[in-house]
Amino acid sequence: MIPPSFDYVAPKTLPEAVALLGQHADAKVLAGGHSLIPLMRFRLASPAVLVDINRIDGLSYIREEDGWLKIGAMTREAELERSALITEKYPLLADTTRMVADPLVRNMATLGGNLAHADPANDHPAAMLAYGAQVVAIGPNGQRTIPIAEFFVGPFTTVLEHNEILTEIRIPAHKPGDGGCYLKVERKVGDYATAAVAVQVTLDGNGSCASIGIGLTNVGLTPIRATAAEEALRGKSPDDDHIRQAARLAAEAAEPESDRRGSEEYKRALVRTLTARALHKAIARARGGQR
Amino acid sequence: MSTHHIKVTVNGEIKEADVEARTLLVHFIRENLNLTGTHIGCDTTSCGACTVHLDGRPVKSCTMFAVQADGGQVRTVEGLAQNGKLHPIQEGFHQMHGLQCGFCTPGMMMTAVALLEQNPNPSEDEIRWGISGNLCRCTGYVNIVKAVQYAAEKMKAQ
Repeated sequence: MIPPSFDYVAPKTLPEAVALLGQHADAKVLAGGHSLIPLMRFRLASPAVLVDINRIDGLSYIREEDGWLKIGAMTREAELERSALITEKYPLLADTTRMVADPLVRNMATLGGNLAHADPANDHPAAMLAYGAQVVAIGPNGQRTIPIAEFFVGPFTTVLEHNEILTEIRIPAHKPGDGGCYLKVERKVGDYATAAVAVQVTLDGNGSCASIGIGLTNVGLTPIRATAAEEALRGKSPDDDHIRQAARLAAEAAEPESDRRGSEEYKRALVRTLTARALHKAIARARGGQR
Repeated sequence: MSTHHIKVTVNGEIKEADVEARTLLVHFIRENLNLTGTHIGCDTTSCGACTVHLDGRPVKSCTMFAVQADGGQVRTVEGLAQNGKLHPIQEGFHQMHGLQCGFCTPGMMMTAVALLEQNPNPSEDEIRWGISGNLCRCTGYVNIVKAVQYAAEKMKAQ
């Protein structure tokens, strides 16, 4: 399958890329391309112009700075997977990256692309909701920072303007008492989630949940933040009763549709089970237990 | 519709061509360069039959444009054997019966070579994880894993 014809440009700087997007109403940004190129091959997308940002320097990095873990938007999944910093201190992100597609796709696919594409089936959006991350975008009027909770507005739709480019993802820097976990049920390697759950927790000195984030993948039109489930745990001891209650509330927050991956009922049951398991694992990690 | 003059080093030789922007890397390899060892399987970024190395990393060549490889280094299955001598991974697939129909084999071998270059001593789990983006519908993978283990031993001995 060959995509429809288009013009290809590979600017060397972000301002050039932003200007090109401004000049062409029907332009798309090409990052890792592993969502966009299949769409073009199926002719579900037919942009007139592709603005390839792979040749712009300085968009691939992983560093802790000013209380944030800052990740360049063009950082490949494989680089996240190999990062000792992420493996050691950001288990939710490490878990999530390893569940994105397959190892070959992860050599090209980027964190920024996974978020900006805004497919509710993508894995990173729920993890970023659980982290309470921010994203940075650049446009003709300069740079702006967007809380991830405001980023996704619908299926394949974000608050980014046509001529804005996602440049950086910021995750609150690791602190003692942090733990996280991403659990996904997929039919086979490379498939989208039937359902998946992201949990990020911080335990205080008494072992209570000082902060808690729970994100759900592919059980709604956008990634879902399970706020009622979070509320059931915030400030509380994460004992079995509270975890069970949070898991039930997460299942209620899910809005799945029946499809070839399973019925609505099955997916809700999955969300309940995965939430409970992910909470247990995230809490064990926060206590300095299992990796 | 833009066309682009690209220069790509393929298996150590510089190749130049004018390509349409929409020309996929796999089509450039198969149709411009006549290197038909790289296969097109699923056409949907699932199967890995089209796996080649781009700047040392295994990628699905059906899911990138040839123009994206401009200035880069590509290695295909034809680049594995040197001076008429099979690469250890090719020998491994031969010795351990790692193929039946053979359609997935070139991609499987390119992924395995990249895995062994990064991790010369992989466990069985690491091999299975490493090749999880390459589908085989014949072997059940058992002999593919054995072939990769054979190559790992052979490459360590060299």
